[in-house]
Amino acid sequence: MTERHWEQVYDENAPRDTAFEELALHEKLTETWSQPKGFLGWLMSVDHKSIGRRYIVTAFCHLLMAGMLAMVIRVQLAYPDLQVLDPDLYNQFFTMHGTVMMFLFAVPMVEGVMIYLVPLMIGTRIIAFPRLNAFSYWVYLAGGIMVWVAFFINSGPDAGWFSYVPLAGPEFGAGKRSDIYAQMITFTEVAALAVAVEIIVTVMKFRAPGMTLDRMPILVWASLITAFMIVFSMPAVVVSSTFLILDRLIGTHFYNPAEGGDVLLWQHLYWYFAHPEVYIIFLPSLGLASQVVETFSRRPMFGYRAIVLALIGQGFLSFGLWVHHMFATGLPRLGNSFFAASSMAIAIPSGIVIFCWMATIGTGRVRLGVPMLWIISFFVLFILGGLSGVMLASVPIDLQITDTYVLPSHIHYVLMGGAVCPLIAAAWFWFSKLTGRSLQTSLGVLQWALFLVGAFVSFGAMFLLGISGMTRRVYTYPHNMQWDTLNLVASLGAWAIGLSFLVLLLNIALSLRSRASAPNNPFDAPTLEWSTSSPPAIYNFARIPFVQSRDPLWDERGELPVVSGLRVDTREILVTSAVTADPEMREHAPDPTLWPLIAAIVTSVILVASIYTPQALVWGAPPLAIALVAWLYPKHILAPRPEAVPEEETI
Amino acid sequence: MRKWPAAGLLGTIALGCGCSRNPSVLLDPAGPHAQATGWLFWLFIAVATVVWVIVVGLLLVLMLRSRARGGVVAPPAHPVVSTEGRLRLIVGGSVFATFLILTGLIVASFTVDRDLIALDRQPSLDVELTGHQWWWELRYPGATPGETFTTANELHVPVGETIRLRLRSVDVIHSVWLPNIAGKRDVLPGVDRELVFRVDKAGTWHGRCAEFCGLQHAFMGLTLIADDPQAFKAWQEAQRAPAREPQTDEERFGRDVFVSGPCGLCHVIRGTDAAGHSSSAPDLTHLKSRTTIGAGAAPNTKGYLGGWIVDPHAIKPGVHMPTNLQSPREFQALLSYLETLQ
Amino acid sequence: MSAPRIIRDVSRLPTYSSGPSNPMWWGTLAFVTIEGLGFVFGIAVYLYLQTHNRSWPLGPQPDLLWPSILTAVFLLSEIPNWWLKKRSSHHDLFWVRIGLAGMSLIGLAVIALRGFELTTLNIRWDSNAYGSIVWFLIGIHTTHVLTDVFETIVMAVLMFVGPVDMRRFAEVNDNQDYWDFVVLSWLAIYITIHWLPRWLEVAP
Repeated sequence: MTERHWEQVYDENAPRDTAFEELALHEKLTETWSQPKGFLGWLMSVDHKSIGRRYIVTAFCHLLMAGMLAMVIRVQLAYPDLQVLDPDLYNQFFTMHGTVMMFLFAVPMVEGVMIYLVPLMIGTRIIAFPRLNAFSYWVYLAGGIMVWVAFFINSGPDAGWFSYVPLAGPEFGAGKRSDIYAQMITFTEVAALAVAVEIIVTVMKFRAPGMTLDRMPILVWASLITAFMIVFSMPAVVVSSTFLILDRLIGTHFYNPAEGGDVLLWQHLYWYFAHPEVYIIFLPSLGLASQVVETFSRRPMFGYRAIVLALIGQGFLSFGLWVHHMFATGLPRLGNSFFAASSMAIAIPSGIVIFCWMATIGTGRVRLGVPMLWIISFFVLFILGGLSGVMLASVPIDLQITDTYVLPSHIHYVLMGGAVCPLIAAAWFWFSKLTGRSLQTSLGVLQWALFLVGAFVSFGAMFLLGISGMTRRVYTYPHNMQWDTLNLVASLGAWAIGLSFLVLLLNIALSLRSRASAPNNPFDAPTLEWSTSSPPAIYNFARIPFVQSRDPLWDERGELPVVSGLRVDTREILVTSAVTADPEMREHAPDPTLWPLIAAIVTSVILVASIYTPQALVWGAPPLAIALVAWLYPKHILAPRPEAVPEEETI
Repeated sequence: MRKWPAAGLLGTIALGCGCSRNPSVLLDPAGPHAQATGWLFWLFIAVATVVWVIVVGLLLVLMLRSRARGGVVAPPAHPVVSTEGRLRLIVGGSVFATFLILTGLIVASFTVDRDLIALDRQPSLDVELTGHQWWWELRYPGATPGETFTTANELHVPVGETIRLRLRSVDVIHSVWLPNIAGKRDVLPGVDRELVFRVDKAGTWHGRCAEFCGLQHAFMGLTLIADDPQAFKAWQEAQRAPAREPQTDEERFGRDVFVSGPCGLCHVIRGTDAAGHSSSAPDLTHLKSRTTIGAGAAPNTKGYLGGWIVDPHAIKPGVHMPTNLQSPREFQALLSYLETLQ
Repeated sequence: MSAPRIIRDVSRLPTYSSGPSNPMWWGTLAFVTIEGLGFVFGIAVYLYLQTHNRSWPLGPQPDLLWPSILTAVFLLSEIPNWWLKKRSSHHDLFWVRIGLAGMSLIGLAVIALRGFELTTLNIRWDSNAYGSIVWFLIGIHTTHVLTDVFETIVMAVLMFVGPVDMRRFAEVNDNQDYWDFVVLSWLAIYITIHWLPRWLEVAP
């Protein structure tokens, strides 16, 4: 391991963590790193744990609200010819359900989990670009508020969560509903791209010394790959949604076949993004589940490298599948065949991960805690979803079952099994780390059983409805189709899922009433975040750990080895090299500030106003420029001055 | 042990499909396209069932077998080298088995796909299907204008012949789906598509739009009636003829109400002076020859027809047809006239 | 409370660096990738629309004069840009100040030229899909030009007014790397809009 030493270290005399004993060190670091108090302090915070928690709580609220929409949808569909929702309201309900779940719950939730856990897992104190992180949260919050407010004033998006043109276009999409949809995409994609950049830089540059790429926890690998996928896929949907707004607002013709445009252009651009999007949701979920499986099997994960390669494989392959959403549009057959083969092929890396888990479980000493129950649910539900996905990959079969209830069955099995189950397992696993409190097992088993039975039954009924000929996105159905029983069963299952979330809420509420007294590492897990207190101190680690294996807490049963020498009087972190994690630099972490919030407010106003007039961009640019300059303009001398600048001349 | 889940699955599917008015291609294929797809579908379902049972079963066995007894949390163990080597073989073998199964499935899929393409050669009858929000316009082109006619929502075809549907939309994206006959095909604005199929037994099947197209996507049904060739010819001849002349005074007055009122602005009845276009609204020349109105929204009886004319939104809220309030006398006459349009 | 096991002392590590050891370098690269992909998709859409139309372009071609002058200015600006990056790598504050001032002026000239170019496109964004995609491509590029010129001006002010420490030079390098991206992306768009139709000669 090589290091660089510099003769001109301008802060030689500043206090370092080497000089302090444990208790004094804790006090000094707490004082240096604490964020301002009160509501204003909360607005100014740039702490990744605080922002991560906000993402998680906000995303969870979106989950509950979009889930309630689903409960009402299932009331409307429980019997034929009901009039609980008229067609217009129904279209807004199902569009909001899908849109909110995909854009405001699923991706932000995995982002929030990554923001919180990744820095702790790699042994650093911040996420890269902390102020950008705060900005991204405020922008996400604003986008979510915009779309729900629109819904409550009867202007919610109503063209489905993937908003096909021309239905969503200027001629057939009345009012501002589809503009709201398109701009919500802008909000969430700006936030997601910012977080992706932060994750990449954090993982590449802030890992604890000795944590080579080969020693990173699987969740960190999954986060890194996901971040790259976000970077490479989201520009497509930004472009497509921008085209939609331009068509609707200023009369462009991207999607207008009468003037040289093409309706399928929307689908190509959108699905090019949206297929990787579901893997953006799935890969971190696999990472979370991997951490649970490893800890509860009491042995290092079997096939670490195979799993990492499988995750990378899924990341790449997911970009080559998108046309399977378009098999019915009549594209050339040869192209369809390629995408059919690639869509089946992606089952192989998923299988690799699952088989490695089974090998780990089979040769471990399994502790059957609540998180492991959710791993069982993953297997039951996700594999059903994956197998229906294999069916959908076959072109002839797809032409029968696409756009029927087989689709909601497939997507909910894979999303519930492949994302929600790992997220709930993660919630159970890391709950004490985040809050310092524990959840009750009895309520947890009840929640688990309600969810598993409800999901299995509901989406199974939907699969049967689909092969009985029921198309999706219908506000009701006549009695003489004899779809009654299956629809009622689907509704009962869905309501059971809703009930399971109420049980979870009850469990969380009960636990938060008690004092924060959880131990550091209640499950004896191997990764670095478990060496911090529950919840972690504001500065995460008193001294940056030195890592020598993949499972540091299992291999160092006593005190963790550390590096020392970081300053304690300012916020300082260690920057290491990308592959081998050699210490390279000390970097100053930004102080709490209100400018990200102000910039986010200006950005949000511009985005909402530009739904109504393109002038918003012109008038909004100067205030945004001012906010960004105020945010980014340097305030302190944090490195040596160049020789040309004598002391007196600088501020 | 594995028979029970398989039997249960088949039973559930049969229950689910057979109970419905539209058993899927799995249980009631009516043509070669559906037949080939149905076979492939059963193969995939069988493989999927077996795989799921094996994997979930194995997981449960592994979890229960290696669980730490007595509530003790075992200390973390380091893997034993010999076990790891054997595990590598097992996992590698499982991955290879997955690869083989998927290869088999994709080969089967490609085979059926190729067969379906081969079926699409040399159609003997062309029908132009135009998708509207929320009805289907069907035009049967003939050798001469006199042999060409347009109808709506009910597709008659001769049994045993290969039919080519030429697909176009005038507004948003729709999708034509006749489950027992063939896979679906999107109906796009600005792009021509086609769906080729053949029906091998006489009967009535129900299809519907399969791409979300707005408020009444749920009620955009397409009725397919496959006739013996003679019956089809007879139907074709009847459709080619212009509308029956009204016999009574009331019927004649009803025709006047149609032509001079708002109806005639959109709807066509061949043989009258109605200025409508068969692309604005369904062609009503042989309205009563169809089994439903409103693209399957209601049966084609006098009562429902009357209710539809007065307020279509009570049956199908959001349709582009406005409400029509006339005096009782005009209304009765109009209805009498329309009832004659066989 | 045993004594901490200190493996290494990092107190003498520098607090500034440039290139891949600087996290900001990675951030700039990531943002360039994201925005570059926006251009890639824009050009892909241009080609997609071209293959979906029997004749292309759908109207008169934009004039070649102003965009060609602009291209020449962009290419020539790479010389002072390269020189500025060298001076910055040598932490030469005096010449960095001059260089940033110069690049700011060049940027303003580019904006003026872009303004002239927009008046000679010969088609509106709402005429047809061809007009829409041409305006879109030039529009997103213009956004990048405006933001980078603004940032260059702010950096110039910063280097004159302060606070200046060694970290600033890496920031100057990142900013001038971004200018390279602005030039490269323009070349791609210039060739796509003005030369591909002429080379491929799709007959009306």
